[in-house]
Amino acid sequence: MRFGVVVFPGSNCDHDAWFAVSQNLGQQAEFIWHDSHSVGHVDAVILPGGFSYGDYLRCGAIAKFSPVMTAVKKFAADGGLVAGFCNGFQILTECGLLPGALLRNRGLKFVCRPVTLRVETINTPFTAAASVGQTLTMPVAHGEGCYFADERTLDMLEAEDRVVVRYVDNPNGALRDIAGICNERRNVLGMMPHPERASDPLMGSTDGRVILESMVRSLVTA
Amino acid sequence: MSQLTAGELDKVRSILGREPNETEVGIFTVMWSEHCSYKSSRIHLKKLPTKGDRVLVGPGENAGIIDIGGGWAIAFKIESHNHPSFIEPFQGAATGVGGILRDIFTMGARPIAVMDALRFGPLDDPAAGDRNRRILEGVVSGIAHYGNCFGVPTVGGECVFEPCYNGNPLVNVFALGVFRHDEIFYGRATGIGNPVIYVGAKTGRDGIHGASMASAEFTEESKQKRPNVQVGDPFMEKLLLEACLEAMRTGAIVGIQDMGAAGLTCSTCEMGSRAGTGVEIELALVPQRETGMTAHDMMLSESQERMLLVAEKGREDEVFAVFKKWGLDAVTIGRVTGDGMLRVRHNGAIAAEIPNRELADEAPLYDRPHNAAPHRTAPMQAPPFSSRDLNADLLALLGSPDLCSKRWIWQQYDYSVRTNTLAGPGADAAIVRIKETNTSVAMSLDGNARYCSLSPREGARLIVAECCRNLSTVGALPVAATNNLNFGNPERPEIMAQLVEAIEGLSEACRHFETPITGGNVSLYNETLGEAIWPTPVMGIVGLLPTAAPVTIPFKEEGRTVILLGGEGTCDETRFGGTQYAKVVLQTMWGLPPALDLDYEKRVQAAIREVVQAGIAESSHDVGEGGLAVALAECSLDGIGAAVQISGALRPELALFHEGPSRVIVSTAQPEAVEQIARKHGVTAPRIGVTIKERMRIGIHGGADNQAWIDMTAGEMRRPHESSLEEKLEAVHV
Repeated sequence: MRFGVVVFPGSNCDHDAWFAVSQNLGQQAEFIWHDSHSVGHVDAVILPGGFSYGDYLRCGAIAKFSPVMTAVKKFAADGGLVAGFCNGFQILTECGLLPGALLRNRGLKFVCRPVTLRVETINTPFTAAASVGQTLTMPVAHGEGCYFADERTLDMLEAEDRVVVRYVDNPNGALRDIAGICNERRNVLGMMPHPERASDPLMGSTDGRVILESMVRSLVTA
Repeated sequence: MSQLTAGELDKVRSILGREPNETEVGIFTVMWSEHCSYKSSRIHLKKLPTKGDRVLVGPGENAGIIDIGGGWAIAFKIESHNHPSFIEPFQGAATGVGGILRDIFTMGARPIAVMDALRFGPLDDPAAGDRNRRILEGVVSGIAHYGNCFGVPTVGGECVFEPCYNGNPLVNVFALGVFRHDEIFYGRATGIGNPVIYVGAKTGRDGIHGASMASAEFTEESKQKRPNVQVGDPFMEKLLLEACLEAMRTGAIVGIQDMGAAGLTCSTCEMGSRAGTGVEIELALVPQRETGMTAHDMMLSESQERMLLVAEKGREDEVFAVFKKWGLDAVTIGRVTGDGMLRVRHNGAIAAEIPNRELADEAPLYDRPHNAAPHRTAPMQAPPFSSRDLNADLLALLGSPDLCSKRWIWQQYDYSVRTNTLAGPGADAAIVRIKETNTSVAMSLDGNARYCSLSPREGARLIVAECCRNLSTVGALPVAATNNLNFGNPERPEIMAQLVEAIEGLSEACRHFETPITGGNVSLYNETLGEAIWPTPVMGIVGLLPTAAPVTIPFKEEGRTVILLGGEGTCDETRFGGTQYAKVVLQTMWGLPPALDLDYEKRVQAAIREVVQAGIAESSHDVGEGGLAVALAECSLDGIGAAVQISGALRPELALFHEGPSRVIVSTAQPEAVEQIARKHGVTAPRIGVTIKERMRIGIHGGADNQAWIDMTAGEMRRPHESSLEEKLEAVHV
């Protein structure tokens, strides 16, 4: 199983994602530079956390214009698995692969702490190895993680079973406690919490592995 | 702003053999400022121990370097950004982080941890409270902004409030990086004819004379110095980090140094001086973001996120290719020469011509008078005191500014990025693993100006002991230190005496604990309108331990034996005057800091390290500020408390709240094994109680439960501890 981790200038969880996938899960992982016009021969793409292009203007707003995102969009359109964590989620909403937007945290401050998530659906390749209602503990670390969309979109996400994980203890004011969603085709996931930071027993929680392992499992069975 | 004195100007004339021009005066002023030259402290800093088996690079380079085994090394250092943080808290603190990070990666190390020691005036000060809150919020968001975006975890630190910081907050930032021995780079301009290359952000007029501003007292005019504060861009710094590390791997770089204080001036003359070479640059080639800048402006600009490097002649293109990939400016602005001169041209005309060595290393040294008693205002004699309610006293302490949880602060810092943080903020010592090895690095920052104001020498020794004890409490062996000396105006003998006494105290203790000081920073003139801060030396000490799940503070299981390794200690009323109890409950101070037996302390530390590494401690926490009762409460906050009985040899206030060192609380299922280790090290280890659910009770031996001095639930203790800082910061906003 080969994961590609995109590196934008300003990505700073790229190495963490690489380490979780390759060292904690024992899968293959490689970096994809932001000006690549192709994602290469990978089975899944991770858009890591960080501050792509400094997150100037708006989080993820500049990243959407990078050459690699054209390639990522094509990869997703072809059915490839794309997971965006933190800044990766922000980029996915900016470039239209996922609906809604991530606003400034309700408390107006950056927040770094472990949160408890509830798995809302296992009908995605990112949660297939979990169970509905299962709670997961993993860190958030963001200043702009307050998920926002209009009521119609929120209703649609719920009706279509596309809310993947919700906060049990909402750290940022996200509407309907939404921590992560998927696209209509269910092959693109965006979530603010960091599964890659909860994949190593030494880091206090390995709950994040279920997300990454679900991806591996669905790729093997696909 | 500090100026050259008449005597210094004479020295400049004799070095040059002529009158200096305006640019040269500016260059000498910054290089010979207190901030850059340490001219008041240098003769005393020589007393510090700097050598040890593990020391690869000691003071004088951008950061100290320590061998951690297996071919790996760590670079670390602490620096202050006090003056800028008062004038513009957000940018002042942010660029403080940026500056120390560059000091680390300019040596080739990748930064993996940051910690901060912060000092503010009280948040509820009737006159200055509003401003103090604003400064704290600005400083914290500045640190968060820079560190989070750069992608380095802020893993710990400390934050203390005293009225002496009302007009003079302190922001000391510690950073640590990791690399292999063969990846170390130095700031040396070697190889005559080699190109001198400028990389990173463009130069503007910001921060001109920042170093000399930081070497003067604050006056009413200081607020007009806002333009002297630099503006940070952590994204640029992140690119600079990646590009520099990648460029270093090409093998084409022979020397590199960041442009920090005194910018181009400092980097050119120091690199030349270290290599015994000259450096010639043409300012017209420097990337500029403003027009019309003079040579003086460019040489003194402190624009951030810039580096100067010397490459091997003929291999410039390899370096340029890397910086181009990262979208950064990289321009050859000059070359290394053999004549030892810093020669600055502007559009061909010579703007300055100064011998590097004299400029960088021959600043005047001052043996400032220190033949006065160190300044202190507190009386020696204890006032009469007697507690009315020990439970209420404990709650007051747990919710007091210095002892309460600083979660409101550290939750704004990304402390887990890079997935190495085994123990983060709130722990006795932070622990960061080095993924490529089996070794983790523990680090502790500590200062105690309250102790130091009562006795700079004893206070300094206690700080070193506390830092080393923090490390030992998590199982780490202390190996090396960095220090940040924050003091008032050294031209006053009673302040200079504080500095000298503190340095001698640090020196004695660092020798004792075998933690050589590999670098640091001195920040003087921390005075506003003639009012000096208390003497505030801050230590950052690092230790090593095998990578494993950390032993943490909270009690874990009911029914475990609680052991007070090191014993209850003792204290008389004179040595109770510097405690948090005196500060918070009695609202006064007097006497002397707690007594410290260096030899016993070292044995206690050896014992707790062995206990933790043997895996027989379920929890471990040292007794520090607030004394035994506060430490036990901190162990109990998560819900498992303890029923404790102590000897009753001291009156209750002293027994519960004295801050005598050399004590660590351990909970264990194997008390005999702990006792055996203690015996081996000649340390007492009384069993003081057992862990119980949801309550903490402290009484004397044989006393009935209902006569306990302290009896409280974990929830009662948690409330003030968790929420008091937040309430002070949030409640006042409309």
